[in-house]
This record gives sequence, C-alpha cells and structure tokens, in this order.
Amino acid sequence: MYTASDLRKGLKIEIDGDPYIVTDFQFSKPGKGQALYRTRLKNMVTGNAFERTYRSNDKFQRAPLEERTMQFLYSQGDEFHFMDNKTYEQIIITREQLGENVNFLIDNMEVDVLLFKERPIGVTLPNFVNLVVIKADPWAKGDTSGTDTKPVTVQTGYTLQVPPFIEEGEKLQIDTRTGQYLTRVKE
Amino acid sequence: MAYSLLSRRAEIIQGIRTFFIKREYLEVDTPIRLPCLIPEPHIEPEQSSGWFLQTSPEMCMKRLLAAGLPRIFQICRCFRRHERGARHLPEFTMLEWYRAGIDYVALMAECAELLRFVAAKIDCPDRSAAALLSKADWEYLTVQRAFARYAPVSVDQALAEDAFDEILVRDVEPNLGRGRPTFLHDYPAALGSLARLKNGDNRVAERFELYVNGLELANGFSELTDADEQRQRFLKERAVIEGQGRQPGPMPDRFLADLGELQSAAGIALGVDRLVMLLCGARSIDEVVAFTPETL
Repeated sequence: MYTASDLRKGLKIEIDGDPYIVTDFQFSKPGKGQALYRTRLKNMVTGNAFERTYRSNDKFQRAPLEERTMQFLYSQGDEFHFMDNKTYEQIIITREQLGENVNFLIDNMEVDVLLFKERPIGVTLPNFVNLVVIKADPWAKGDTSGTDTKPVTVQTGYTLQVPPFIEEGEKLQIDTRTGQYLTRVKE
Repeated sequence: MAYSLLSRRAEIIQGIRTFFIKREYLEVDTPIRLPCLIPEPHIEPEQSSGWFLQTSPEMCMKRLLAAGLPRIFQICRCFRRHERGARHLPEFTMLEWYRAGIDYVALMAECAELLRFVAAKIDCPDRSAAALLSKADWEYLTVQRAFARYAPVSVDQALAEDAFDEILVRDVEPNLGRGRPTFLHDYPAALGSLARLKNGDNRVAERFELYVNGLELANGFSELTDADEQRQRFLKERAVIEGQGRQPGPMPDRFLADLGELQSAAGIALGVDRLVMLLCGARSIDEVVAFTPETL
C-alpha cells in the first residue's frame, strides 16, 4: 500500500482495476494549506492519460505487475503464441496488443512480456533485430530522380525506407523502437 | 550538485541581516527543539526524543515579543516532514521577523522595502527577478478578488467544497506576481491561523501571502493577541489533527499565557531558499542549497 507521499515519476499504481503509471508529478503546498500531489497518470493498458490531484491521506494499491522473458513460438491468424522457457507455460497475445511490435517479431525471438494480474499488457522487444529483405526493386544505377532511399519489404511483411543499394536476400539491422534501418548485416 | 549559487545565497542572507540591523532589529536565535508546538493541521513535525523540531520559530519569537523586545528577527532552520518537491525541502531556511505596534498593512510595506533592498544589493546575471522586486507599485489583491478573477468558483464555494487549497494552487497562484509582486491578503477567517480578524469585517483575517512569478515567498499577519480566542482556535486545530490519526502533542500553555501580555504586533515568515531561487532564476530549490536529503 502506498500513500500520497510515495508518489513519484514512474510509480505504478492500480486504480479501478487498471494499472497506471505516473508520468508526471509535482508536489505543491500553499504555506499553511494542505499538501497536494498533482499527478499525470497513464493507463498502461489503453494508453489513456489524465491528470489527478491527491491529498496526504489518499492511499494506493501497488499495481501487481510482473515482467517475464518469453520466447515467440508461432502465430495463428491474429494470435501470437509465446512460451516461458523456465516454466514452459504458454500464453497468447493478440495482434492488437502487440501493435507495431508485429513488424519485428521472428520465430524463437526472446521478448520481455509485462503481465498485470496474469494478463499480458505489453511486450518489449530487443532494441535491434536482423530481418531479411524479401522484396526490393533493383537499383537503377545512374538513376537521376534524386531520391536517396527506396522502399523494401522484409520477412515479416514490414516495409521500410533503405539506401538504394540494398537488394533482395540481404539482411538488415533495424531499430525496433523507431522502425528504422540501421545497417546491412554481413553473414 | 552545483555549488555555484552558494556565494549568492550568502550575499542574500547578509543583505537581509544588514537591512534589519540598520532598522534596529535585534537578531535572536531561539531553540529549534521544543516540547510543544503550535498546532498546524497541515504541517507534520519531526519528532526528536519525545520533543519536536520546530516547524517555524514563531512560538519562541512571540514570547520574546510579549516579554518586551519590540523588533526581532531570526534566520533559522525549520523542519517539516514529507515536504519535498521543486519548491520544498523537509529542512529549509526561514526568515521571521516581528514588530510591536504595527499591523499587517505596515508589515507588507516593510516586506517590500526589505526585498527591494536585497534585490538592489545582489549582482545576479539574470536581473529579471530583481527588476520585478524593484518596482514601486506592488499589487494588493484580496483573496476574494483573486478567486473572482482567476478561479472557476467563489472563495465561499471553494471553502464549502473543501477545495480552497486545490483551486488556489491550480488556478490562482500561477497568475500571481506576474509583471509585479502580489500581496494576496484578507484570508477567510477560517484560514486565519494566528491572525487577528479584520477590524470592521470579521469574515476575513488580517493575513497575507507574498507571490512573485507565481512563487509563494512569505506569509504574515497582524498577530491575534486575544489568548482565549487563540486557545479556542488551537482546540479546533487539535481536533482536526486527531481526526487525521496524529497526536497533537501538549498544548502550548506558556505561549498562550504570554500571548495575554502581547500588545498589537505583526509578524512574517519568509522562505530564504525560495528568495534565493527567485533572485538567481533557479528552477528547483535543490540548486540553492549545499546538500539535499538525497545527496547526504
């Protein structure tokens, strides 16, 4: 159990059955008046944010969050199957819950799954992933159109802009946080 | 940790001393560890082997005033539990001064004179706050008018909904002291604390706070000298403290006895760290002290 004086940026609390993270926090207190704890809170499931002011006597439940390292096994339609390599327990995360992450998910990849009351609410991928180009227009040498990038599609179906010399079958390192091309990977 | 502002801090404190010594104030240093405190429902004291660390030096200073010292000032450490933020430290430096024979109007004028004096003496690269303090026409705004101007509800509604502090902090304070310093004055009687009720209008107390650039700097008032009324107010405050599940500690009986000897007087507390913040353009109180609790 937390009280208002425990509030700080990054604290995770449970409100009305949902996990929230404190994204902004300010302590205010008019001279002889009440201490006020002004917070901005983000719902960790929906992403919705709101501002709320708490007082000294307000109490909070810690949000029961657990992070587990899991391995991506396979997908079936919009369902993505992951396994905890220690307990062999399997869980399903939907395409919607994965969001942008589906662009970078490859078989056997180890990811960090955030669980709230056994419910997966977020997935953190490794910062960098290597993906194979499956579709690229050939590089027309002497192209004078002036463009210095071209679109390619990688094995997950994700399309991104890369330098024009990239060809089909090459492996690219991509930053999963920005979705951008970093470099070619030589095997 | 930046120590660069410590020399300015020292200059500001010396400027304060010079001002009061010139005006024939006596510098006092009263005990900071006390067996009883003035009951404050929203200030939690630090315990010290059954006694308390002072949350303000007002109790001892008013006893000295009652004993016949007409002009006294003190720069000292005060302790308030759980108060930590960009403008708060649980151990901070307070300037308090008391003067017999004047009321809060004369005290507001003297407060302005002090700050203009200090601002003129300090050589900060950023002169904007000093320029603000140097202005001649400080704003005098009653709490009632401030709420009418900036808040979505009236003072009476805010009090009825137990939302006075919240609305003050959210809607009113950020607008105060912009372009020139603001004295927010005539607080609702219920928030009078140790202030005398206004002559001719007992709905408000002769209490004020000073704001510069939205920053609360000082709190002062015409002292209540009616010991019986003060005891009644203390009993109410103690009931509130007990309602919060805290022990109010012993009643300050000696203070109340001495209060009966006090003639008219006014007194004020000013946050020294905040004044340094203001004059040096510091965004956080952490920048103006040698150490914060987290760095010890």
